[in-house]
Amino acid sequence: MKKIALVGMPNTGKSTLFNRLTGASARVGNWPGMTVELMTSRVILGDVYTQIIDLPGIYSFHGFSDDEKVVRDFLEKQSVDLICIILNATQIDRQLPLAIQIRNLGIPVLIVLNMADEAKAYGIAIDEVQLSEALSVPVVLMSAKYGSGTGALVASIQRNLKSDHPPVTGDLTRAFAADHQIESETTQALNASVIFPTVLREDRTALLDRWFLHPLLGLPIFLALMLGLFQAIFRLGKPLQDGIAWLLSQGRDLYLDPLLDGFPPLLSGLLLDGLYNGVGTVAAFVPIIILFFLGMTVVEDSGYLSRIAYLMDSLMAKLGLDGRSFVMVLMGFGCNVPALMGTRVMRSRALRRLTMLVIPFSLCSARLQVFLFLTSALFSTDAAPFVLFSLYLLSFLTAIATAFMFKGYFPSTEPFVIELPPYRLPTLRQVVLRGWQEVRHFLHRATKFITAGVLGVWSLTHLPPGTVANSPETWAGHLAEWMMPVLQPIGIDSQLGLALLFGFVAKEIVVGSLAAIYGLEGDALMGLMAEKFDWVEGYSFMLFTLIYIPCLSTIATLKSEGSLRFAMVSVTWSLALAWAACWVFYQGARLLGY
Amino acid sequence: MLSDLNHLRDGESASIHEIEADPALFHRLKALGFQSGRCVTVLRHGILKGPIQVRIGTTQVILRREDAARIKVQRVA
Repeated sequence: MKKIALVGMPNTGKSTLFNRLTGASARVGNWPGMTVELMTSRVILGDVYTQIIDLPGIYSFHGFSDDEKVVRDFLEKQSVDLICIILNATQIDRQLPLAIQIRNLGIPVLIVLNMADEAKAYGIAIDEVQLSEALSVPVVLMSAKYGSGTGALVASIQRNLKSDHPPVTGDLTRAFAADHQIESETTQALNASVIFPTVLREDRTALLDRWFLHPLLGLPIFLALMLGLFQAIFRLGKPLQDGIAWLLSQGRDLYLDPLLDGFPPLLSGLLLDGLYNGVGTVAAFVPIIILFFLGMTVVEDSGYLSRIAYLMDSLMAKLGLDGRSFVMVLMGFGCNVPALMGTRVMRSRALRRLTMLVIPFSLCSARLQVFLFLTSALFSTDAAPFVLFSLYLLSFLTAIATAFMFKGYFPSTEPFVIELPPYRLPTLRQVVLRGWQEVRHFLHRATKFITAGVLGVWSLTHLPPGTVANSPETWAGHLAEWMMPVLQPIGIDSQLGLALLFGFVAKEIVVGSLAAIYGLEGDALMGLMAEKFDWVEGYSFMLFTLIYIPCLSTIATLKSEGSLRFAMVSVTWSLALAWAACWVFYQGARLLGY
Repeated sequence: MLSDLNHLRDGESASIHEIEADPALFHRLKALGFQSGRCVTVLRHGILKGPIQVRIGTTQVILRREDAARIKVQRVA
């Protein structure tokens, strides 16, 4: 098997190329430094069996960010057969020096000039044959996004893997040598092969930036776009959600109930009330979550995120953060874990830590499911969207409060210098790939966490055998007795407390376990919730769910990207903040007579 | 006339004279295309002392004013 590493600067379409070659669905993002994990894939290119490794984007070998360290370490320690250097063809003038540095490492290389379509639109003419001769390296001009040139690339990779050379590691001292030599080689190669237009046209990007980066209108436009996006997602998602819920309840009434009729009540209860209702209630939210991620993909790939970093930077600077931190919090709306990994592009440890401390308050899609469920159960159709909006607001407020509290401990002087890519529309293929990835991700979680969590909750509330479900004699009852002194003052009853306890593993379990505890699903479950809890208790519960503990995966990431101590600080702080916020809200609301 | 990049007005162009930054920032700026002799154009300034947006070749970059101050430029007459 031949090993091929993809190396290039951020925002050159490396991940898109990886997807194009492997058909896998690595995350692709139009945000510098998007690739957060080493994605690898085994694939047959032509007649060669290869393993392709997608390395994080780097600006130079001199860099000090964690991403840049990863690439240096990889090239120095892992032997590879071929490096594909991916360059953004429109920026060939400034990216070519990195290519020459990589060529000097002593590993066979191939240069991929990506985004040929954009270069053409800019009026940049590149003679790949001349360039290849000037550098003594094979060069392929292509567009990974639209697929043109893929055949030529595969053929060139095949040709370059023909030899029986063993794979080699890179000699990094050679990459650092002789900067001026690299500069003069760059100039020579560019003169021989590239013609730049003398004047750049005022393009679509400049036109859009006039509005999106407008000093006064920029932020309102951002808020309006986000609100519009959420509106669209819920409008489109609601009927789909209702449809799935209906299908699931039909399935139970028509097939499963009669099928399990003769089973012992405890077993059929476990399977139907526990497992089926629990997982089913969570599954009904899948369409909304998919739509949500499709929307995020479009925003991510459009290049708008960097503009948000521009708009928010001066405010974030007052909190000891920068524009990128805000973008990471936005990314956290999808899932906190990749957002935490995304902070690897930050060079300063303090800035990175402070950003990582803030991200867990970002209202992720799993928490969104809990809130969608409870807001529609406890509030009128008109009020529900505003309640949800208030939770997003509180998500930002807790993040801001956290940064404000801790900024003194994490002083940073990291420069804020980032690239602004042109606006781009993702292709349908990219969006669909991503949606499918999310479905797979959910199914993975469903089989692992949600099933186990739901079964656990059901067992606790219905065992030992012979006890009345949800009574104080059950195991859950005993557990509740122990938890009540903490939960009573914030208006959370023992069953909800149990859901919170399991929600620690993954927030999806919260909704699933409510279904399992009460043995109901869909409208019946919502009806019961509305009967049992008033809005103050419901809101206090949602507030606690929003703040208390990020899920287990997030804690694990905090530990692996930070340290055990750092993860403990984060967990302790969020638990304390959650309880304090709920106490103020609950006692305050009761005091006011609600 | 010599000046700092953060002192240019919106729409103004200048040629880069020198970059006075620590090695990490120096190399990042260089990789983004900031090199002596190249022409840089300021496109806009962010509100509330926000970052400035500049164009250098076909690349657009946003950077904080204090980081821009490290880039010494020669105004084009």
